[in-house]
Amino acid sequence: MRLAILDSGQGFGTKVLFALIRTISRQPVLDVIKLVKYRADFYGGPMQRVTHEVMRGPSSWSVGDRELMAALIAKTNGCEWCTKAHSAVAEGAYRDEKKVSAGLSNLETSAIEEPLRATLRMLCKLTREHAVDADDIRAVLAAGASRQQIEDALAVCFSFNTIGRLADAFGFVVPGPKAFEAGAKYLLARGYR
Amino acid sequence: MSDIRQAREAVVARILEGDGEASPAQRRAAFNNTGLGEPLRKLIDKVARHAYRVTDEDIDGARASGLSEDQIFEIVVCAAIGQATRQYDTALAALEAATRKE
Repeated sequence: MRLAILDSGQGFGTKVLFALIRTISRQPVLDVIKLVKYRADFYGGPMQRVTHEVMRGPSSWSVGDRELMAALIAKTNGCEWCTKAHSAVAEGAYRDEKKVSAGLSNLETSAIEEPLRATLRMLCKLTREHAVDADDIRAVLAAGASRQQIEDALAVCFSFNTIGRLADAFGFVVPGPKAFEAGAKYLLARGYR
Repeated sequence: MSDIRQAREAVVARILEGDGEASPAQRRAAFNNTGLGEPLRKLIDKVARHAYRVTDEDIDGARASGLSEDQIFEIVVCAAIGQATRQYDTALAALEAATRKE
């Protein structure tokens, strides 16, 4: 990572935790964990409260739907780290690898429900162009998504437009697929706390 | 999901108004992506608009300008949350406009 403090500036207790993670998972500690644990009162603590509620709180979007949103937002931002990480979580949540890969490679032809497809299309535009207008939202409503579902999806967009920027700016190291699989299992079992 | 606005506002209040190594003015400028001099302007604008283009040289430039790693950490966090906040607020306003009763 580009800032040495994120790699090695953690307190003693956090370093012990990282050693435990390495021992139990037999994988390196993911850079996102180093980020949220570094001076957690500044960023990691408050932001994880938001992200856990957004990704695991009550919503008529399934966990898989929300993780697919996260992966597609990351892909739109050109963030390899977050695309791989949240593809793995979405695949685990849906138990359907093809649904995720098809959704990411061609949203328009993939076999997903229309309300989700229209929502993902709007999130991609918001991420790419930094804005959407009332007509963009009306198109999502017309496809069958509710107002609450749109609000929930915009919250996912907020979290992952933040995290993806930090992953790329701080230069997260992209690990092998096994490390992401271990991370996905943790996120599906425990969420973002 | 429950209303996340309060938790989101707590994040923004913490990074902009709480204790930090970077000055509140620097953190606010990074959040707004306005009013920063070089080389920080270039780094923060990249974080806001296309973070995948940030390079080692951009971070080295911020270091060479006299900022500590903790200060860089804080202002990059502020820039990322600032841009995500503008996107979110714009989209919520569009949702409001689309669902407003005539």
